[in-house]
Amino acid sequence: MSDLRSPLARARGLGSAHDGLHHWWAQRVTAVALVPLVVWFAVSLVMLSGAEYGAVRAWISSSLAMVLLTLTIVVGLHHAQLGMQVVIEDYVARDGLKLACIVAMRFLAVVAGLGAIVAILRIGFGG
Amino acid sequence: MSAAHRPVNRPLSPHLQIYKPQLTSVLSILHRATGIALSVGVLYLVAWVVFASASASTYASFQGFNASILGRICLGGWLFCLYYHLANGIRHLFWDAGYGFDLKDAYRSGWLVVAVSLIATALSWVVGLRLV
Ligand code: HEM
Repeated sequence: MSDLRSPLARARGLGSAHDGLHHWWAQRVTAVALVPLVVWFAVSLVMLSGAEYGAVRAWISSSLAMVLLTLTIVVGLHHAQLGMQVVIEDYVARDGLKLACIVAMRFLAVVAGLGAIVAILRIGFGG
Repeated sequence: MSAAHRPVNRPLSPHLQIYKPQLTSVLSILHRATGIALSVGVLYLVAWVVFASASASTYASFQGFNASILGRICLGGWLFCLYYHLANGIRHLFWDAGYGFDLKDAYRSGWLVVAVSLIATALSWVVGLRLV
C-alpha cells in the first residue's frame, strides 16, 4: 500500500487534525462505557413506558437511577459529540461553516448535559 | 525535487454510486445514520428529565405526545437504532481489537447484528410499547 502521509507529516506523527488519536480513543472508551449503560436504560425505558408523572419521578429519584441516568446522559452526550464532529467534518466542506457547526453542536451538548444534571438533582433531592 | 516536496501518491475514494449495495456497506452507513438518530434522541431524553422535574401538568403535555401512536412509533424507532448501533458498535470494537476481518467473518457478524437488533426491537415493542 502506498504511504498516505507526506514525509514531514510522518515525522511529526500527529495525523491530519493533530489530535486524531485522542479523539479516536475517547470514542472507543465512551462506546465501551455505554454498552452496559444503554442496556440498563433500554430495559428501564421499556418497563416505564406509559408510566405517569409520579411513577417516573419515583424511578428517577432512586440512588441507582440517579447515578446511572446521569452517566448514560453525560457519557452518551460526550460520545455523540465526538461522533457528530466526524459527521460534520465529512459533510460540511467550507472551513468557517464547519467550525461554526462543530462549536454550536458542542455548546448544545454542554447545555443539554448541565440541564439534565440539574433536572435529575431537583427530582432526587426535592424542589 | 527533495523528498519532502514530492507529491504524495494518495488513493482516491471510490464513488459510491457505482457500487451495488452489499450487506457490509449497508450496515456501515446504517451505523452512521443510527448514530445521528441516537444523538437527536439523547436530546429528547434530556427534555424528558427536564419536563419530569417541572410540574405535573407541564409533564402531562409532554407525556401526551409520548403516549400517542406517533410518539410510540418514534420511541420504538429510536430503540431499534439503539439496539442496532449497540450491536454493530460491539462489532466495531472487535475490529478495532484486530478480530473478524475475514470477509466470511464480516458477513457472519453482520447478519448476527441484524438478527440481534431485530429480535431486541420486537421484544421491546411487544413487551413494553404494545405497538404490535
Ligand atoms: C447514547 C447513545 C449513542 C449515541 C448518541 C451514539 C452516537 C454516535 C455517533 C453520532 C457516531 C458517529 C458515526 C459516524 O462517524 O459514522 C458514533 C460512532 C460510534 N459508536 Fe456510537 N452512539 C451511541 C451509543 C453507542 C454504543 C452503546 C456503542 C457500543 C459499542 C457505540 C459504538 C460506537 C462506535 C464503535 C463508533 C465509531 C464508529 C466508526 O468509527 O465508524 N455507540 N456513535
